[in-house]
Amino acid sequence: MEAVREVDGRAIPFGAKNVDTDVIIPAHWLKTITRDGLGQGAFETLRKDPDNLFDSAEFTGSPILIAGDNFGCGSSREHAAWALLDLGIKAVIAPSFSDIFSGNAFKNGILTVVLPQEAVDRLLEVARTEPVHIDLENQVVTTPFQDRFPFEIDPFRKHCLLNGLDEVGLTLSRDSAITDYENNARAALPWLSKGVEAA
Amino acid sequence: MAQAMAETPRTLYEKIWDAHVVERRDDDTCLIYIDRHLVHEVTSPQAFEALRMAGRKVRRPDLTLAVPDHNLPTTARRDTAGQRIPIADAESAQQLAALERNAPEFGIRLIGDADAEQGIVHVVGPEQGFSLPGATIVCGDSHTACHGGLGALAFGIGTSEVEHVLATQTLLLKQSKSMEVRIEGDLGPGVTAKDLVLHITGVLGAAGGTGYVIEYTGAAIRNLSIEGRLTVSNMAIEHGARAGLIAPDEKTIEYVKGRPYAPKGADWDKAAAWWTSLRTDPGARYDKVVVIQAADIAPTVTWGTSPEDTVAITGTVPAPESFADPSKQEAVRKSLDYMGLTPGMRMQDVEVQNVFIGSCTNSRIEDLRAAAAVLKGRTKAANVKWAIVVPGSGLVKRQAEAEGLDQIFINAGLEWREPGCSACLGMNPDKVPAGERCTSTSNRNFVGRQGPGARTHLVSPAMAAAAAVTGRLSDVREL
Repeated sequence: MEAVREVDGRAIPFGAKNVDTDVIIPAHWLKTITRDGLGQGAFETLRKDPDNLFDSAEFTGSPILIAGDNFGCGSSREHAAWALLDLGIKAVIAPSFSDIFSGNAFKNGILTVVLPQEAVDRLLEVARTEPVHIDLENQVVTTPFQDRFPFEIDPFRKHCLLNGLDEVGLTLSRDSAITDYENNARAALPWLSKGVEAA
Repeated sequence: MAQAMAETPRTLYEKIWDAHVVERRDDDTCLIYIDRHLVHEVTSPQAFEALRMAGRKVRRPDLTLAVPDHNLPTTARRDTAGQRIPIADAESAQQLAALERNAPEFGIRLIGDADAEQGIVHVVGPEQGFSLPGATIVCGDSHTACHGGLGALAFGIGTSEVEHVLATQTLLLKQSKSMEVRIEGDLGPGVTAKDLVLHITGVLGAAGGTGYVIEYTGAAIRNLSIEGRLTVSNMAIEHGARAGLIAPDEKTIEYVKGRPYAPKGADWDKAAAWWTSLRTDPGARYDKVVVIQAADIAPTVTWGTSPEDTVAITGTVPAPESFADPSKQEAVRKSLDYMGLTPGMRMQDVEVQNVFIGSCTNSRIEDLRAAAAVLKGRTKAANVKWAIVVPGSGLVKRQAEAEGLDQIFINAGLEWREPGCSACLGMNPDKVPAGERCTSTSNRNFVGRQGPGARTHLVSPAMAAAAAVTGRLSDVREL
């Protein structure tokens, strides 16, 4: 995973609430068996409108997306994160995110920044004409107008993002702890460690 | 494990969580052990590919079960000679082929597309006794919350997490907040588990449960069958919750007993004893409590494009101005435009052209019985062009046929199909045409979910059957 320290550039002032993952990437795009090329399908329904923000000269290729409450609700499809990445989006700012989406975004190096609605409203206004800067190290979003919005982020996620760490690799290094757990569980809850056999 | 905190009163969620902590880190992130992993063809190919590229194995193939469901056509899969009928859509065929290649390569049991046990993963898991009370269960699918109806801690994950579970049998998680949603009193006649969960979603909102694991409690929940409880927990994600939970009881234990992968012999006695202890202790605290009166719930339908857009069937389409939040007003305007509805219109005057009975929310035998009870001796209205019944699994299909339900559906003019996810999300050929309405027993009424331009009204199986008969959204209590 690529390390992320800061994201800087134009931010798409999208602002919609309850944007579900069917809107981010419709189901017919889920038939791929790779992670690439999903940017074409990103926000497909909205982009049928010739005046949509995503394809406007000003916002094409913008690294930041600003959205409303509950961004990424609905289906668990990680294709939503892959589609955003393929579209060039490296950070999403919103008042709240669905739990599954924010996990998927994090695992793909997309920074999800939670800010209060007032801050998001202000950024939506600024973003129409000016770039937005996200500094992960110092946990702050700034604008050329001296706006300064600090944000919270889980320390572990921050550490992984800053260093581009592979979570599977990190967990595999805890193999002995997992084996200890399995041995204890086999004694305490024996039926749970008996699964199925491959046919 | 669990004993360490035995003195403090704990919620059901805390008990299951504590029993699965492999390691707790300084920042309270926990490495949580996963007991059961369901894998389907849509969200797994990239996870297997990543394992292959890194030279990693599946740690516990025996705790993993693969079942294709999303892409499969619901028409016949084998010809009379037993040969596979090729899937017309090349990309769907490719995803199925990937699962059929990946499962044996990594030593995972695959229930194949033509096996009697095949079905929607969330129907197959409980049916096979693979999903068990008190277990941690994951799947790359948000409706994994379904298994919480058995008292399992079950939730949907993304593909990177699928890869993480395959490689390590664990996930790195922070404990969610806990919420009790208590339903007091009894549901009225004609009001089902589906109406209940639609109503809950309307009350909490689509994001009301974000950051929470919800335990559903109260008399109305206790009185539900296990299949009804699976329906309620299935839609926990539609009000934003990470997972839903319903404490196991005698009904749960009875339901699990004797299923193919359920514990046997001495294991069974131990398991049943543990399951009996899995309930929230008196004095344990939830972070939030919401109380709903069952008497307030009518057969419920959705009018908009978010599952929170619910209204009693006796109600009308709301006006955007009736919502306090300006951004919701705007969302309602867009929804009504998409849905082709005008404020003040009676829900019962809304005509429908399509009916879908199926999905992981409502495709179990009791759902099919409820729909058949309404359709028996009746036929679908002339304006209903397309009406399909898609059983949740091959075993549900077989049971329904043994009871003659298939004939009731066919005689009423509905199509009787093979099991799968089908028109819930239209990844296979089962789609609703643009601009047309579908009364659907599925779980999401999102824009374009059932096909581009499709207009979805979420309902219970009995209400879907009623709409098939009258050709419009109808109050099943009046039929």
